[in-house]
Amino acid sequence: MGSVPAPDDALVSELRSILGPDGLRVDSAERALVARDASVFDRGRSGPVCFPRSADQVRAVVLAAVRHGRAVVPRGAGTGLAGGAVPLGAPVVVALTRMNRILEVDVGARVAWVEPGVVNLDLTRHLRPLGFHFAPDPSSQQACTIGGNVANNSGGPHCLAYGVTTSHVLAVEVVLPDGEVALLGGLDPEPVGYDLRGAFVGGEGTLGIATRIAVRITPDPKAVRTLLLAFDSTVDAAETVGAVIAAGIVPAALEVMDRRITEAVERYVHAGYPTDAAAVLLAEVDGAPGEVGTGAERIADIGRAHGAVSVRVAADDTERAALWKGRKTAFGAVAQIAPNYYLHDTVVPRHALAEVLEEVYAIAARHDLVVVNVFHAGDGNLHPLLVFDRREPGIMERVLAAGSEIVSASLAAGGALSGEHGIGVEKRDYMPLMFGPDDLDHQNRLRRAFDPDCRANPGKVLPVGHSCADIQALERVPTGVWG
Amino acid sequence: MTGRSAGAPGSAGSVAGAGVDREVAAWAEEVGSDGPVAAVGSRTRWGLGGRLASGTRLVSAPVGVVEHRPEEMTVRVRAGTPVAELHAELAASGQRSALPERGGTVGGALAVGESDLCALGRGPVRDAVLQVRYVSADGRVVTGGGPTVKNVSGYDLPRLLVGSLGTIGLIAEVLLRTQPVPAVGTWLTSLGVDPWAAREVLYRPAAILWDGTSVWARIEGHPDDVAAERSALGRLGRWEVVEGPPPLPVERWSLPPGELRTRPAAECGPGWIAEVGVGVVHAARSQPPRPVPAAVAELHRRVKHGFDPAGRLAPGRSVLAGAPGAGPVGGGR
Ligand SMILES: Cc1cc2nc3c(=O)[nH]c(=O)nc-3n(C[C@H](O)[C@H](O)[C@H](O)COP(=O)(O)OP(=O)(O)OC[C@H]3O[C@@H](n4cnc5c(N)ncnc54)[C@H](O)[C@@H]3O)c2cc1C
Repeated sequence: MGSVPAPDDALVSELRSILGPDGLRVDSAERALVARDASVFDRGRSGPVCFPRSADQVRAVVLAAVRHGRAVVPRGAGTGLAGGAVPLGAPVVVALTRMNRILEVDVGARVAWVEPGVVNLDLTRHLRPLGFHFAPDPSSQQACTIGGNVANNSGGPHCLAYGVTTSHVLAVEVVLPDGEVALLGGLDPEPVGYDLRGAFVGGEGTLGIATRIAVRITPDPKAVRTLLLAFDSTVDAAETVGAVIAAGIVPAALEVMDRRITEAVERYVHAGYPTDAAAVLLAEVDGAPGEVGTGAERIADIGRAHGAVSVRVAADDTERAALWKGRKTAFGAVAQIAPNYYLHDTVVPRHALAEVLEEVYAIAARHDLVVVNVFHAGDGNLHPLLVFDRREPGIMERVLAAGSEIVSASLAAGGALSGEHGIGVEKRDYMPLMFGPDDLDHQNRLRRAFDPDCRANPGKVLPVGHSCADIQALERVPTGVWG
Repeated sequence: MTGRSAGAPGSAGSVAGAGVDREVAAWAEEVGSDGPVAAVGSRTRWGLGGRLASGTRLVSAPVGVVEHRPEEMTVRVRAGTPVAELHAELAASGQRSALPERGGTVGGALAVGESDLCALGRGPVRDAVLQVRYVSADGRVVTGGGPTVKNVSGYDLPRLLVGSLGTIGLIAEVLLRTQPVPAVGTWLTSLGVDPWAAREVLYRPAAILWDGTSVWARIEGHPDDVAAERSALGRLGRWEVVEGPPPLPVERWSLPPGELRTRPAAECGPGWIAEVGVGVVHAARSQPPRPVPAAVAELHRRVKHGFDPAGRLAPGRSVLAGAPGAGPVGGGR
């Protein structure tokens, strides 16, 4: 990580008086820990690390940072995959993990107020006895925070039918980069003014710090059916996905895993997946019993018509849970193949899935790399994982080159840079491939409206020339390594 | 199509970058870069946000459905297209959008941002837009959002534009999410049933309306499920099938759905009809302007100034000026 500049004493003592001795860490171990997230980006530098327990403390920390001319970076669980929480330029890091209370659940109004550090799955567990859940279900839901979900507008397997995080956020209390506090959105359906709530969600920590969030809670479905379809080719699986959507069925989830990842998952958690198929399609329909029954039958038929070699319907909740456990631990299972992975998160139109997948395999082969695919096929959201061992000399260059070609192939097919992981630092310099200069200029106008002085998570999302920060000065990354 | 829009700084004429069609580019030329200007649709909600300054030039967005892809569940449509026309085209493939069909245009519906009466089932309008192309205050074509059903690349300009009343950009073209039209759907009404009990027994109603005495419910879906929902309702009271919802008074309130039991009766005046579970209340009386805290008002000022520094877009109109509640001016809905 290189030498970390020492945080200045006056700022540290101010922060300590705000947060108390156990609310602030300045030791290099802690700073090294928060200098990274779950991405491969390893050039972060953290200043003092704050663990506030209230919105008032967050506000006081932000005001102290303003007085000392330091940037502020909010952080949840650090499971982000685009480097969003990676601090650039030794800013004050505000870790929200101790603000983890579920404040209020109103089943009648179908709303829950939570603090940003509440872990996604903890909310759903809390709601379970009431017959409700929080619909966004990222595979990282055992660890990631709702504040992080809001900042990244995260998705998950079941967002195909239910929509991503923004559809489940009604209001957000935000400490703005200048220390002002604003409640964006509201519990009423059409709050007055611009949809600043909508603008804030997906802002990746560059628009302020969420300190309280009102989320919509969703009633549990009356019926669920989970199917596992096995195919002799990944293309058949991808084409089945396109055909299901084209038939007007909106499944709760449609997930594809290729053979390599299925094998790794089986070794890891013994979920009951066939390991001899080229690809498996995990399909789930939920809702009212009639639509679920018909939907499941039609998916099975469409699968068979597209060459499914087997179709299995989960017999009970145990089998269903095992299949989902397999899917949700897939990234963890990758370690069975190689110690490191680099994950891309692009989206393509569903009709182009098969074609782009073939291209992804070809790109990996050209760079002599192993790629595995496990992805949210229903909405065209690819997740090619390049798996490798970092210690192999020269491998990082090949991995980055292949990643860049995957991004280009997805955009060429009419796709998008990121479906759910965000831009962060990882995709920042790809933004001009998807947006023209005027488009980026307008995104920057939105950012500046929230943060005129560029104090919140500088160096993220927008590339050089459109970012308010001097990115080079923030990073000092050897040229050619990133982007 | 990659949402790329070229445009050399300082020239309003070079907006026809890849993906921007000729009609949109021509409209950007018409909007130009000087003088007060506002987009006009069908004037169904023309009075919202205040009266335009005199001398404001009116422009109408281009029309036409550009491309409907039923298998992607998306449609690209120019903003001047009437919502009814869009829906007629989508219906041919068994689809629809979440936009309300009240005589307006696609651009107007989005600029106003009011959801359909069946928002409970179809979702709010703000969730319908995947990509937006608008003409900026300096006459350029700007693209926000992405071409796919899922996308988190960059800031969410589509949501910022929904409900912005044409004050930060003139919507030219959008890519909308479509949804399948359910196999069957029916409106039912009952006198004296508790609407919250109805909400409780219905799994995914498309709408529940309540006027203090009568309840109307819209249930949609698979025939077996609709039959099951009907028998669940039947256990609460006697229901009658009706053609459609009751006629709605013209004013629109936005209240937290948790406060609907008491507030409409106390505040909305006679003749109100509430959307249970949503919080919109239709009434003859208009909703008093809702207070906006200083920090939020300041954010609004910075957004407006950032996108329209010279104040040429819809001068005189503001999203904070007594929003929902202003009645239709110059033609009902
Ligand atoms: C194994 C694995 C599986 C994953 N699966 C999915 C998946 O299925 N779908 C998906 O969408 N993502 C997935 N992710 C990515 C990641 O988990 C999500 O982006 C998650 O929402 C990040 O939450 P976090 O609490 O870890 O946030 P962090 O990584 O700590 O931060 C993410 C961003 O949010 C900002 N932030 C955090 N808290 C706040 C706050 N209170 N206010 C303002 N900004 C804030 C940070 O500055 C940063 O920009 C996965 C990651 C892993 C490691």
